[in-house]
Amino acid sequence: MAGDGGSNQRGAADAAPATGDLLVALGVVGLAAVVLWQAWEIPVSPIYAKVGPTLVPIMAGLGLLVFGAALVVSAAHGGWQTEDEKAITPDRLALGWVLGGLALNVLTIGPLGFTLASVLLFVCVTRGFGSRQPLRDAAIGGAFALVAYLGFAKTLNINIGAGLIENGIEWLIATVRGR
Amino acid sequence: MDGINGLITGFGVALTPMNLLWCLVGTTLGTAIGVLPGLGPALTIALLLPITFKVEPQAAFILFAGIYYGAMYGGSTTSILLNTPGESASIVTSMEGNKMARNGRAGAALATAAIGSFVAGTIGTLGIAFLAPIVVDWALKFGPAEYFALMILAFTTVSAVLGSSAVRGLTALFFGIWLGLIGIDLQTGQARFTFGVQELFDGINVIVVAVGLFAVGETLYNAATYKNSETKITPLKGSLLMTKLEWKRSIGPWLRGTAFGFPIGAMPAGGAEIPTFLSYYTEKKLTKYPEEFGTTGAIEGVAGPEAANNASAAGVLVPMLTLGLPTSATAAIMLSAFQSYGINPGPLLLQTQPALVWGLIASLFIGNVMLLVLNLPLIGLWVKMLQIPAPLLYAGILVFATIGTYGISQSYIDLILLYVVGIIGYLMRRYDFPTAPVIIGMILGPLAEQNFRQAMTISAGDWTVFFTRPLSLTIIVIALSLVVVPKIYSMARESKRRQSLAR
Repeated sequence: MAGDGGSNQRGAADAAPATGDLLVALGVVGLAAVVLWQAWEIPVSPIYAKVGPTLVPIMAGLGLLVFGAALVVSAAHGGWQTEDEKAITPDRLALGWVLGGLALNVLTIGPLGFTLASVLLFVCVTRGFGSRQPLRDAAIGGAFALVAYLGFAKTLNINIGAGLIENGIEWLIATVRGR
Repeated sequence: MDGINGLITGFGVALTPMNLLWCLVGTTLGTAIGVLPGLGPALTIALLLPITFKVEPQAAFILFAGIYYGAMYGGSTTSILLNTPGESASIVTSMEGNKMARNGRAGAALATAAIGSFVAGTIGTLGIAFLAPIVVDWALKFGPAEYFALMILAFTTVSAVLGSSAVRGLTALFFGIWLGLIGIDLQTGQARFTFGVQELFDGINVIVVAVGLFAVGETLYNAATYKNSETKITPLKGSLLMTKLEWKRSIGPWLRGTAFGFPIGAMPAGGAEIPTFLSYYTEKKLTKYPEEFGTTGAIEGVAGPEAANNASAAGVLVPMLTLGLPTSATAAIMLSAFQSYGINPGPLLLQTQPALVWGLIASLFIGNVMLLVLNLPLIGLWVKMLQIPAPLLYAGILVFATIGTYGISQSYIDLILLYVVGIIGYLMRRYDFPTAPVIIGMILGPLAEQNFRQAMTISAGDWTVFFTRPLSLTIIVIALSLVVVPKIYSMARESKRRQSLAR
C-alpha cells in the first residue's frame, strides 16, 4: 500500500516503479475492465440502437481505461507523487484501529442498535488517534450518540437503528410522561 | 422578472421569522463547520439532505445557503489561526494570515477577512441578482447540444484544468460519472451496473458518496498522518478593531478581490483557486509594504484573496441557478437537493420558482450580515471550537456520518458502500486524486447523458450536431483547448528537459 518503492531513488530522473502508485493505477485499469464488461452486458433494445443505454457507460469505461493506462505508465516511471509525499509512511496501526472500528460498526449496528455500535466505533477511532482513555471516550461517545439519536429520531421523526438502549429510553420517556 | 423586483419578492420571503431562523441556523452551523478542520460545506449539506423530505424547499435552501456562506467565513478563521487550510481556496489566506497571527496581529487578520468576506459576499450576491436574469435570457436559446457542450466544459475545467494533474482529475471525474450511471436507466428502463443488487436499482445515493469521500476518507487520511502532523493554534492577539491605516490598506484589495472572484466564479468553468491566487499576486505587486509579504504578514494578502474566495463562491451560484450547472462539489450537492424536490434548476427556474430563487438570494444578503456579527464579536466562541481534541472530533464525525447514511436508509448496503467509498477516498487523498470531480461527475454525468441523447434524438442520430451549431462548437473547442494546450506545452518542456539531461 505504501508508495515506498521509489523513495530510495531520490533525485534520479527516471526512478524505479513506485509500488503504491502502480497498484492504484492497476486498480483504475481493473475498474475500467469491469465497467466495460458490465456495459457490454446491458441489453439493448433495437429501438434505442443509436444512442442506447450503453453508449455513455462505454465512454465512461474507455475514459477510465485510457487514464488508468496513463497512470500505469506514470507509475512505471517512478510514480506521480513527490519525494516528500512518498517519504510519509502511513500510520498503519492508527488506520487499523479506525478501519476495525468501521468493520465492527457494520457488524454490531443491527444486533446492538445505533448507540452501542456508535460507542464501539467511537472508542476504536479515538484509540486510532492516540487516545488512551477508553472509558472516558466511551462515555463521551455514548452521550454524543444518544443526543444525536434523539435529535434525529424526535425532531425529524426518523428512526435510526433502535436497539436495547434506545428502546429503554423510549420506555423511560413514555413512563415519565405518565402512562 | 428583473433584479430589483426579484429582490423585493425575495426579501418578502426571506424576512419571515421562520426563514430568518433557518438562515441563522445555517450561518451558525456553516461557521462551525468551516472552523472545524476536516469538515466542509459539501459534507454538511450532504448530511442534511434528508431534511428535504421534511422541510419546504425555501427553508431548506435558505439553510443550505447559510451553510455555504458560513463555511467560507469559518474557514478563514481556521486558516489564520491554525495554518491548516481546509480547502485549496483558503491556502492563500493562510499564507499571509497565519504570519500576521504569529506576529500578534491575529485580530486585524480576522477582521479584514470577515469584513472582506462581507463586502465581497454582498457585492457578489448583488451580482447574482443582476446577472442571473441576463444569463437566463441567453440560456433560453440553448438546446440540448449547447447544454451538453457546457457540461463538457465544466467537466474538463473542474477535473483537468483546475487540479494539479489532468490525468488524475479526469480519472476521478470518470469514476464519478460511472457512479452516477449505476441504477435503472430512466429512458429505457434497463438496469446498469447493478450487479443484480436490488438496492442499487435506484442508483447510489449521493449522500453516501459525499459522506464517504469527505468524512470517512478524510478521517482515515488524518488517522494515517496524525502522528506526524503538528498543529498549533496561534493565540488570538491584537485588537479586532482595525486601525485607520489597516482599513485604508484593506479596501482596495477587497474590491479588487471581488472583481477577480465573481466573474471567474460565475463562469461555467468555476474554480475558486485561480481568483485567490490572482488577487494575491496583484496585491503583492501593488502594495506599498512589499517587505511585509511573506515575513510579518501583509494585511493586503489576507483581504484580497479572502474577498476573491467569497465573491467566487457567490459567482458559482449563477451557473448553478440559471443553467443547472454546478462547478463545485457543494453546488453539485445543492443541485441534488433541488432534484430531490423534483425541481430542475435551469433557465426556467426563475420563472417557475421565483419565490424560491429570490428568497435564496435575499437570504444571502441577510446571511452575510448575520455572519459578520457571528464572526467578529463572537470570534472567541469559534476559537474554542478549534480546541476540540482531534480524537473526539474525528470519532464524532464518523458517528455522524453513520447517522447520515445508515440512519436514514436503514440499509446495510448503504453502510458498507459508505465505508468502501471512504477507503477509496483515503486512497485518493493519499495518492493525490482530487475528490470534487467525483461528486460533480456523479451529479452532472446523468444530466450530460440526458442532454446528449436528446440532442442525438433531435438530430436523428447525427453525431455532427455538436459541431455544426456554432455556440456548441465554440464551447467544445474552448473545453478541448483548455485540456490540450497546457498538455502540449508541458510535453514540449519535458522533452526539452530530457534532451538537456541526455546531453
